[in-house]
Amino acid sequence: MTTLALDRPFKRPTTRRKVRSTLVRVLLYICLAAVAVFLLLPFFWMVVSSLKRDIDVFSVPIQWIPDAFRWEHYQEIWGVEPWKGSSMLDWLRNTLILSVVVTFLQVLTGSFAAYGFSRIRFPGRDVLFLGYIATIAVPWQAYMVPQFLLMSQAGLVDTLWSMIVLQAFGAFGVFLMKQFYETIPEELSESARIDGLSEYGIWARIMVPLTGPAIASLALLTFVNTWNDYLGPRIYLRSPENFTIQLGLQLFRSNPDVATRWDLLFTGSVLSVLPIAIIFLAGQKYFVEGIATSGMKS
Amino acid sequence: MSEVVAEAALVEGKTQAGVRYRAKDKTPRSRRSKLRLRNTLLGWSFIAPNFIGFALLTLLPILALFYVSFTDWNAFGQANWIGLDNFRRLFTKEPNFEIALKNTLYYTVLHVPLTMAASLGLAILLNRKLKGVTFFRTAAFFPYICSIVAVAVVWNALFHPEYGPINEVLRFIGIDDPPRWTVSKEWAMPAVVIVGTWREMGYYMLLYLAGLQTIPREQYEAASLDGASSWQQFLYVTWPGLRPQTFFIAVMLTIGSMKVFDLVLVMTDGGPGTATLVLSQLIWNKSFKETGQFGYASSIAVVLFVICLVFTLVQFFVNKRNQK
Repeated sequence: MTTLALDRPFKRPTTRRKVRSTLVRVLLYICLAAVAVFLLLPFFWMVVSSLKRDIDVFSVPIQWIPDAFRWEHYQEIWGVEPWKGSSMLDWLRNTLILSVVVTFLQVLTGSFAAYGFSRIRFPGRDVLFLGYIATIAVPWQAYMVPQFLLMSQAGLVDTLWSMIVLQAFGAFGVFLMKQFYETIPEELSESARIDGLSEYGIWARIMVPLTGPAIASLALLTFVNTWNDYLGPRIYLRSPENFTIQLGLQLFRSNPDVATRWDLLFTGSVLSVLPIAIIFLAGQKYFVEGIATSGMKS
Repeated sequence: MSEVVAEAALVEGKTQAGVRYRAKDKTPRSRRSKLRLRNTLLGWSFIAPNFIGFALLTLLPILALFYVSFTDWNAFGQANWIGLDNFRRLFTKEPNFEIALKNTLYYTVLHVPLTMAASLGLAILLNRKLKGVTFFRTAAFFPYICSIVAVAVVWNALFHPEYGPINEVLRFIGIDDPPRWTVSKEWAMPAVVIVGTWREMGYYMLLYLAGLQTIPREQYEAASLDGASSWQQFLYVTWPGLRPQTFFIAVMLTIGSMKVFDLVLVMTDGGPGTATLVLSQLIWNKSFKETGQFGYASSIAVVLFVICLVFTLVQFFVNKRNQK
């Protein structure tokens, strides 16, 4: 009886209320549309401009839909050499090699180390892990100079090796994988141990298969970060044939002979973003999971 | 974003050490120490592949930073210990240091509140059942993982003072003399801030969205039964409920703003003049761009490091207090 008394008397929604709630919905959609325009219009404009004639990129009034779609830019771009002897194709190839190798190494060494940190007890382990974590809080800008000095002593400057060693051994991967390993019950590895499986066997046959989504998260985040990295390559890569797509695009922007070709510049931009967009759309779930587990980027 | 990780891990490391399992061990001492040795070797064999790379490329440079900042290490490779000379020069004889510090603070003061407001607004807008909400959540996040150079290409074109679509729109709505954005001293920094906010709001929206979902529905129902308007509900239910997220995001954004770098580098390269010269870029200019004064640049890096450390520690201790 008391619960009934708490219920409010049933009222039919009046027309006024109906109108009001529709109005709120419409307003919400207008807000959403405004936000979407702010967020996505730059991308839309980038794609559209890459399909326009050069002189139409900045036409007044703005041409949102070009009169003719010039897909030929996507053929022409491969022949353009913002630097003699180097084109988009070389840079995309370099970036792809780097991203794949770095991702592979980061996932492998990261998950391997995470196993050591989360499943094996030995003196000094927790202190060591704390050391790992503390370095994540140090801004890279602060130690990029000493890092460069070390790399140049080792003679790695202006080789793709410098980028590989720079990005493949991040503490971030160790941390992310450890977070996921902690969610897997200890009993699983314990019973495998009793059955005579070695620790390496437990890692390979039990932990790795069970943490597929975690590996996917780490792999996607690492791939995207390596693909997009601008500062690392800017410091370490000097000759245009070693450039990544980001540096190549920047070179394109700063070379007065080709920088006026806005249409091609946008075509190049689209090409540099396209792989990331595809990966992001395919692996959305893993991105959000990786971010929920920790932060992104190091 | 790395501080998120550090923070979470510091908290976690503590609890783990606290509840470490200690079995009553009846094995003889020699066997126990043998087991310990075995475990140590085993543990290190797992960690070593990552640790060797990590120690050489992260740990060593961080430690070296402090040494280098006390030397006059330059492009010719000579390094002499000169004590505090670098810092003295930085604080008394470097006009660009003050400019860079001021610009960095200016960026921070604009960027932090703007991004917080935008991401909170976005989160509230997207925290409801509407058609297409999932699409929007995805879309909002995309700028964050988009390459910075492509971002600069597009936005520099959008901001183009004569032909850019932004100024075209501004002229259309009656502003005859729109800002010259990245080529003017006054508007270059606001332009960078706008792009920074555009880029990061999706990321912080995700954090706010997670926070909104922890606020119990009953609180809203109770408030609405008491006749609270939407604004009052926001003020007395949503805002207090999001306090942990707000604090966390404010600190993250502040640290991120203090070390802002690649965005400035690709958009304005610190210009025009020194209008957008920030701290990180000053390190860059002194070491890689101009003269190769690695020792001197490292002293600026130490200053940046200390600033970020202070904010990280503040956050760490506030969180610790709140957990009690």
